[in-house]
Parts: sequence; C-alpha cells; structure tokens
Amino acid sequence: MSDFPFLSILTGAPLVGALIVAFLPRAKPELAKRVAFIWSLAVLVLAVVMWIAYDAGGDRFQFRESYTWIPAWDAKFTFAVDGIALVMLLLIAVLVPLVILASWHDADASRRSVPVYFALLLALESTMIGVFAAADVFLFYVFFEVMLVPMYFLIGSYGGQRRQYAAVKFFLYSLVGGLFMLAAVIGLWALGGKTFDWQQLLSADFSTGTERWLFLGFFVAFAIKAPFFPFHTWLPDAGGAAPAGSAALLVGVLDKVGTFGILRYCLPLFPEASTWFAPYALALAVIGIIYAALLAVGQNDLKRLVSYTSIAHFGFIGVGIFAFTTQAGTGAVLYMLNHGLATGLLFLVVGMFVARRGSSLISDFGGAGKLVPLLAGVLFFAGLASLALPGTAPFVSEFLVLIGTFTVNKTVAVIATAGIILAAAYVLWMVQRTTQGTLNPALATVDAMRRDLTVREKVVVAPLIALLLVLGFYPKPVTDVINPAVQATMQDVQKSDPAPAVTEAAK
Amino acid sequence: MHDTVEYAHASGLLSSVWLLIAIPLASAAILLLLGKRADKWGHWLGVASVGVSFVLGLTYFFQLRGLDNRAVELSLFDYIEVGSLHVDFGLLFDPLSAVFVLLITGVGSLIHLYAVGYMEHDAGRRRFFGYFNLFVAAMLLLVLGNNFVMLYIGWEGVGLASYLLISFWVERPSAATAGKKAFLMNRVGDAGFAIAIFLMFAQLGTTQYDEVFNGIGAVASGTVLIMGLLLLLGATGKSGQFPLQAWLPDAMEGPTPVSALIHAATMVTAGVYLIARSNPIFTANETLQTVVVSVGALTLLIGCIIGCAKDDIKRVLAWSTVSQIGYMFLGVGLGGAAYALAIVHLLAHGFFKAGLFLGAGSVMHGMHDQTDIRRFGGLWRYMRITWATFGLAWLAIIGLPPLSGFFSKEPIIVAAYEREGWTAWLFGTAALIGAGVTAFYMTRLFVLTFHGPKRWTEDIDHPHESPPVMTVPLVLLAVGSVAAGGLMASSVPDWLVPALGDHSGEEVHAVMSHGLITALSIVVTLLGAGLAYALFRNGTALQEQPAGPVVTAARRNLYADAFNEAVFEKPGIFLTRALVFLDNRGIDGLVNGLAAAVGGGSSRLRRLQTGFVRSYAMSMLTGALLVVAAFLALQLGWLA
Repeated sequence: MSDFPFLSILTGAPLVGALIVAFLPRAKPELAKRVAFIWSLAVLVLAVVMWIAYDAGGDRFQFRESYTWIPAWDAKFTFAVDGIALVMLLLIAVLVPLVILASWHDADASRRSVPVYFALLLALESTMIGVFAAADVFLFYVFFEVMLVPMYFLIGSYGGQRRQYAAVKFFLYSLVGGLFMLAAVIGLWALGGKTFDWQQLLSADFSTGTERWLFLGFFVAFAIKAPFFPFHTWLPDAGGAAPAGSAALLVGVLDKVGTFGILRYCLPLFPEASTWFAPYALALAVIGIIYAALLAVGQNDLKRLVSYTSIAHFGFIGVGIFAFTTQAGTGAVLYMLNHGLATGLLFLVVGMFVARRGSSLISDFGGAGKLVPLLAGVLFFAGLASLALPGTAPFVSEFLVLIGTFTVNKTVAVIATAGIILAAAYVLWMVQRTTQGTLNPALATVDAMRRDLTVREKVVVAPLIALLLVLGFYPKPVTDVINPAVQATMQDVQKSDPAPAVTEAAK
Repeated sequence: MHDTVEYAHASGLLSSVWLLIAIPLASAAILLLLGKRADKWGHWLGVASVGVSFVLGLTYFFQLRGLDNRAVELSLFDYIEVGSLHVDFGLLFDPLSAVFVLLITGVGSLIHLYAVGYMEHDAGRRRFFGYFNLFVAAMLLLVLGNNFVMLYIGWEGVGLASYLLISFWVERPSAATAGKKAFLMNRVGDAGFAIAIFLMFAQLGTTQYDEVFNGIGAVASGTVLIMGLLLLLGATGKSGQFPLQAWLPDAMEGPTPVSALIHAATMVTAGVYLIARSNPIFTANETLQTVVVSVGALTLLIGCIIGCAKDDIKRVLAWSTVSQIGYMFLGVGLGGAAYALAIVHLLAHGFFKAGLFLGAGSVMHGMHDQTDIRRFGGLWRYMRITWATFGLAWLAIIGLPPLSGFFSKEPIIVAAYEREGWTAWLFGTAALIGAGVTAFYMTRLFVLTFHGPKRWTEDIDHPHESPPVMTVPLVLLAVGSVAAGGLMASSVPDWLVPALGDHSGEEVHAVMSHGLITALSIVVTLLGAGLAYALFRNGTALQEQPAGPVVTAARRNLYADAFNEAVFEKPGIFLTRALVFLDNRGIDGLVNGLAAAVGGGSSRLRRLQTGFVRSYAMSMLTGALLVVAAFLALQLGWLA
C-alpha cells in the first residue's frame, strides 16, 4: 500500500479537476459546481485512505516519492510527509469540499465566470497540498509562491468591498516575504552542499552568522504568511474582502504554511539560530495574542473580527513552537488543525450571515437569534470552539501549548493565559451584538434573514461541529500521529522536556 | 504530614459510575438536537434523566458504604498522552464526590420537577431542559473527575450552562449582558485555576489527585502558597466570593429554577468543593489558609450587608448566597475538622436555599413575575404552602435551633473561635455578627413578602398558589430544611474521613466556652430577627427613600460594580479603541507608506492599487531583479 504514489496523485488530482472545471461551459454553472464538489470528495477519500495507511509509530517521513526535475540544481519532485504534514493534508481535504458546498452561490452574483471560481478553489487545493507534501526545499518554495495566484484571483475577482486593494496587499506582502525566502533558499543551496533535498540539508553545517541570516530569511517569509505581529495588517483586509469560503481556506489552511514552515524548515535546518531567535519569536507571539485579541474586541466587522482572532490564535501556535517542549509543540500542531476546523466553521457561518444580510457590519445585525435561531446557535458554537472551551477540540491544543510552555517559560505562559479571558470577551460580545438582545428593526425587514439554515448549509456545518466535539473529547488518534514528528523536531533542535521540579526521591 | 492518598480500582456495579454523567448528557443532546419534535415530552425526559441519575447515585452510595477503602477510581480512556504528560479521562467516586452527587441529582430532581410547572408557558421550555440537563452532566463531571483537568472541564462546562441559562431570555438585553458578565468574571478565575494546573505539572509532573496530594509535601512552601492562591482565585470566581462576587446577583436574570439549582444549591458551591478536594494543598500552608479564611469572613459580611439594602426578592437571596458561601469558605479555610463542617453547611444550604428560591419563584408565579418585596405583603393568606415552606427555610437559614442551619452554621462559628491568638476573635466575631445580620435581612424579606399590609400593584387581584408540580418540591425541600442539618451534623463528618482526613483526635480550644458561643449566636439571631420584625411588620415605603452613606453604599453593592467599571471596563474600552486606531493608522499606515516609498510616491501606489496587470508585472520584475542580485551576492561571497 505504501508504494502507491499517494502524494503526487493527491497533489495532481485537484489540479486536473481544476482544469476540467475551468473549461466547462460558463452557461452551465450547476454542472461545474457538482463536478468540483465530487472531485473534492474523491480527494478526501484518497486522503482518508492515506491516513489509514500511515503508520504512526513508523518512519518519520512516509510515502516518499522522488522524480527528477532540474538536475543542474539537484532540484527534484520529492514528496514525503511526517505526522505534522499528514494532519494538515487531511485538514485541507476535509475543508475544501465543505468550502465548495458553502460557496455554492458565492459566485452567482458576480459578473465573472462561475466555473472558474470553483476551478480556482480546486487549483488552490492542489497548491496547498503540494506545499505540505513537498520534501524538496525548492519544490516547497515554488508551491509557496504559486499558492498565491489562485488566492489572489479568488479575493481580487470574487471578493467584497475593497477587494482589489486587499488582493494586491495580500499579494505584495506575500511576495516580499517570498523574496526573503528565495534569497535564503539560494543561500541554503549554495552553502549547504548544492542540493535542495531536505534530508541532506539536515546534516549541513553553517557558521553561526550564516545560519542566523538563513533562519531570518525563512522566518520573515513565514511570519508574514502566518501572520505574526507586526506583519499582520494584510490579513484583516484580505479576510474581510475575500469570499467567506476563500477566507476560511486562507485563514484555516494557507496561513498554516507559515507555522508549518517554521516547524519543518527553520527549526530542523537552523537549530542553533532557532534557539538564538526563540526569545524574540516568543515575544512577538505573545504580544500578538494580547494585541490581536484586544483589536478583535474593537472590531465592528464580522470578517475582520474573525481575522483578528486568528492572529491571536497564531500567537498561541507561535508560543507553542518556540517553547521547545513536546507538549507545547504537539499542542501547536494540534492547534493548527483545530484552528482550521474552528475558524473555518466560524468564517463559513459568518459568511452565511453576511450572505443573508448583505453586510458584514456587526451594527447591521442585532437580535438575529430571533429570526434564525439555528444559525445563531451554530455561530455560538463556533465561537465557543474559538475561545477554546473544554469539550471542543481547540481546548486540548491550547491547554497543551500553555502547559508545555509553562514548564520552561512561566512569564510567557501566564501572559498567554490572560489571552483566554480576552478570547471570551471578543467571542461573547460579538455573539451578543449579532444575535442577542432586542431585534434590530432594519434586520427584520430583510427577507433573507427569515430563512434559517438550509439543508446544504446543515451539511456544511455538521461535519465540522462533529469533528470539533469528537476531537475535543478524544484527541488521541491525532496526537499520536503528531507526537513522534514533534519529538523528532525537538531532537533536531536538541531540546528535551524539563523534569518536574520535585523528583521522585523527594516525594 | 498527610496520610498517603490511595484509591482502589472500581469494580462490579461501581464500574458503571460514568452512567451518572452519561444519562443527563444524552438527554441534553436529545433535547437540543431533536428541536421542536421534542417539545411535547422533552421536559419529562429532562426530569426523568436526573431522577434516574439520583436513583443510580443512591445505589452507588450504598455500594461505596460497603467497601473497606471508600474511594474508587475508574479510568475510562486516555484523554491526553503527550511526552510525560498523562491525563486520564478518569472518575473518582469517594465520600466527598458521593455527597455532591446526591445533592446535585437529589435537589436537582426536585428543581427539575418544579421547573416543569414554572416554565409551562414558556415557548423555550424544551431548550431550557436541554441546558438544565447539560448543567447537571457538567456538574457531575466536575465532582466526579479523578484529576484536576477533569475538574477543570466540568468547571468550564457548568460555566457554559450557567451562561446559557442566565441569558436564557436572550432578547432581554439585561439578560444577555448578565450572562456575559458571569462568563467573563468566571474566566478570570478560570485563568488562575488553569495556571495552578500548569504549576502542578511543572512541579510534580502530574495532575492526578492522588499523585498531587502525595507529592505536595515535597513542594517548596512558597510554591504551595502560589498554587493555592491560584486555585483560590478560581474558587472565588465560581463561588461569587470577594473579589469576584459582582456577577452572582446579576445572574438572577435567569429563570428562578436556574437561580435555585445553579446559583444557590450547586454550581456556586464548586469553589468550596475545589478547596475541600485540594485539602492537602491548603493544609500544607498556613498563610494560604489565613487568606481563605479572610476571603470567607470578608465575603460573608459583604453579602449580608448588601442583602439588607436590596428590595428585589431574588437579589436578596442572591446576596444571601454570597454570604452563606462565605461561611463555607471560612470553614474550608479553617481547615482540620472544619473542612467537613463546611461541607455539612454546603449540603444543608443546598436544601434551604433551593427552598427559598423556589418559594420566591412561586411568589413571582402568583404575582405576575414581580420581584419587588415592597409591593408584596400579606401573601400568607393566599399561598399557604409557599408561606409555610418558605417560613421553614427562613428559620433554617437564620440558624434557629433545631432547624438545619443551626447545626451547620453554628459549628463553623465555634471553629472560627478556635483559631490561635487574636485572629480567633477577629474571624469568630465576624461570623457571629454575620449570623445576626443574616437574621435581620432574612426576616425583613419574609415579613415584607408574606405579612403586614398588602402593598400590591393595581393589576394584581387575587394571587394564586402554585400547582402541585411546584408545591411538592417545595414541601420536600422544606422537610430537608428542617431535618437535614441535625441528621448530617455528625454522620457526614464521619463519612467524609477518607476524603478530608480524620481530625477527631485533635485537641482544640476556643477562646470562649462552646456553650457561651452557642448562646451568643442564638441571642444575636433573635436580636436581628426581632429588630427586623419590629421595623417591617407594618410594611415599608413603596419608593426608595433617601439614605445615609452606608445604606447607599450597600444599595450600590458596596461600589464593586463602579470599581470594576472605572478600573477595568472603561480603560479596557479606551485601550481597545486606541489600539484599533494604532493598527489602522500606525502599523498599517507604515506598511502602506513603505509600499508607497518603494513604488516611488503615493501616486504610484494608487495606480498600483487599481489592479492593472502591468503593475504586478512590474513588481514581479522588481522581484526577479532582486533575485538576480541575491545570486550575485552569493557568488561573490558577500553574505557568507
């Protein structure tokens, strides 16, 4: 089974689907939607089979494939996944069909082609899978950059107000980050033995100064992508202007490339520099938690609000990564998955509100729960998951990040814990202003607001709710996959967990 | 030094103890998922699920009584297993959790039954029972967990249920705000609790009760103090104790059965449970105990002072809850034998306070949902059952012998006088004064509601007694209010020995003789009650009267809300606004400015943003040039 070329097929299949959908007649939008949806379901099935075939206790990297690409540079089409990448692949495979279903009518109103919209979503899936599956640094870089293109058009062509501004800003920000990375990639190649193979680069030796420069090149790109404070200002614009489904993928998956990149490239390849820069990264991350949470409290736009909550959540992931303990690292990766599910759900539900109301301003809502009780209930649930309430999956990841960080850095852990109070504030206040209290008279006149969850929308939210609950009570199947990969990464940076302060003998 | 804590593995019938939680949880899921289809019968499912849990709880209780080692653990599955961190999804059934299970499901069943009648005309009754069952399940997890993480999960679960039920009438802005306030203030406490758990793991490498308790002796004293203070912060949030007391009175926005079950009998006592459960931690540090005692004494006084100044029947009862839990904190803070006394008071309080709240609900039911005691009066004639049961609960809470409260509260006062040195006088006297003031405001409440002249609003003609589905629980709770204290006073402390330790052999001396303290507490109670009767037997003014600084302060909740607003809320809102401005203009402005500078002035930037493809081509070209430059730099070795 493991000889089956899972990863190249998983990467290629959505691209093929995208091409097919793109050339379907523009006059038959329903056909394009159905083909795209079924295609993405097939990808999901393949991903699930791969998940089953993966051996959690086996090799660090599995499903390795390698094909010749550019011999002169020793760049190859090399794919392989560890537990971290595998979890992200599954997240993508789960989210894309749901996003397609949720976006069913998103492109109808635009003057642009409906098939192209869904083709872009599939193309995006392909590049996202590629970026997580790549085991060749150059291949990773190519996917990292190409990934921007479908997202750029999704925002710029199909987005809401100020979509052009947001799309260009997103593109330029990422491009700048990408340039830093490109410089570092070239440096890595030149000084690391003229190869792009991750495995070989692992044993490359750099002088202290070089290592720090290379680390910085990668880190800046990833910090912009994640985004970490203070590189975050593109996200609220992009998240606010993107169609809700694309925003769910943007924040749920695309941004995780940043944190994934740090785990896969910065830490193992530049262990000494990672340790040296860790205090600064921790500081940025913890500032981000508090800063973005406060900004989320102050937002009057639902989509921008959710974008800011995500920046706060990326702060938690950053803390988890740079704490260098097994618990915090596993928590950070689990957070990447759970955040994708929770914020994905939140964005999709917000999208359902916005589609009905024709506005994403919170002040245009008020008392909506009276009109659409089920939808309001789902918004509340997504909010609870977002504030990491125990019983929902994000609690486990947040708990792991915080408890793991506390064993090595009490100050950072305590400040980050204060973030959970702010999380309750921005979620509950948002829910209150949107769905509770007296009904906004202007809202009552909007006909679409009288329609509660449709069957299609129920099918979108139900799997996410179920996953958030199941993983909230039984996260072990996922942590068992993540844990070995994180432990291997910790070994790369030569860190081990501190022993409890009180030893067995003292008891 | 504490004895080693050891739990046996659950076997036989006790290995199904998880059913206690699963049954109400399943019922909640059914009620919430089926939606309108369950409207007709949903409430009965809700009552039945808690009733079944109660019967099961009794069965397990008797099983436990027959065991030699009265504490059994049950590990359901591995919850978290990462590195050296291992968290069991595990349960512990021991004497302490057993009495809580019986309180939660027993009193819970009665309140559920009552709510069938109370919520009859509410369109959301099924949803109400869904949330109510969810609460019971979460509360049972809270008391049944075998480690601090399980306790924390239940802890946040009851917080969620509390939020949902406080803001149950969500279209009322005040209800929505009160729910949010409760959740937020609780989260402050929860953050402390969470950090305490992190500290346990960092120190001892575990969060399991037995391992933490057996290892705590080796932890440095200062660390124990910090751990205990953090736990205490969590406890004060959940239990409405100083400094996190302000949310509890606002929680009265919820339907009255909620106030009875969650905000009187069970959830708000979770803080007491937390401290009692962690007794090895609290006993290990004397300063820590003094802080707990101080919080208890201060809060019991705050509660009863404000209770005197309120005219809303539910708010008086809410402040009385704050005050009574203050007694319980005093008890668990005193430590030793007083741990058990606090639990006895907690259980007795569960009966009479639930009775008082449900009685208040019955009064509101007959009085068009009014809550202003200035507009009641003379109701004893119209609702005899409510009057009689409320009256018994009133006598119980003020601690008149031989009712419940006497047997549960007076020993705590005695225990306070048994402390060393001058603090005995301080805390003992605070508790004693509290007893007198409690008698005053509770008598005022009782007299103004049921006796004296009628002061009803014009729309009320003939107040009616509530239906049997509501009065039967009232009668049963009244029986508890009369008898529970006396029955539990000695039996429960013995029963709790495995969980709280054996303190029967410890010699203690009060600064006054036991008999004198008892006599004094009866005297102050009679004085308080007599004074209130004399002042209010002829009714009271219908409007709020001008008052001196003390009464005004009490009416304003001793300015706690004003303090929170001035110190946290207003600066918080200002900070948020300032940051939004900074982020839009400052950081983002810098970014856009930088982009403009790179692009050669703002006019270029504008063109950049118009979306012409050639602009992107231009920026791509710039990028490519940079890449070439980088390559050159590398070849020439500038960077290496």
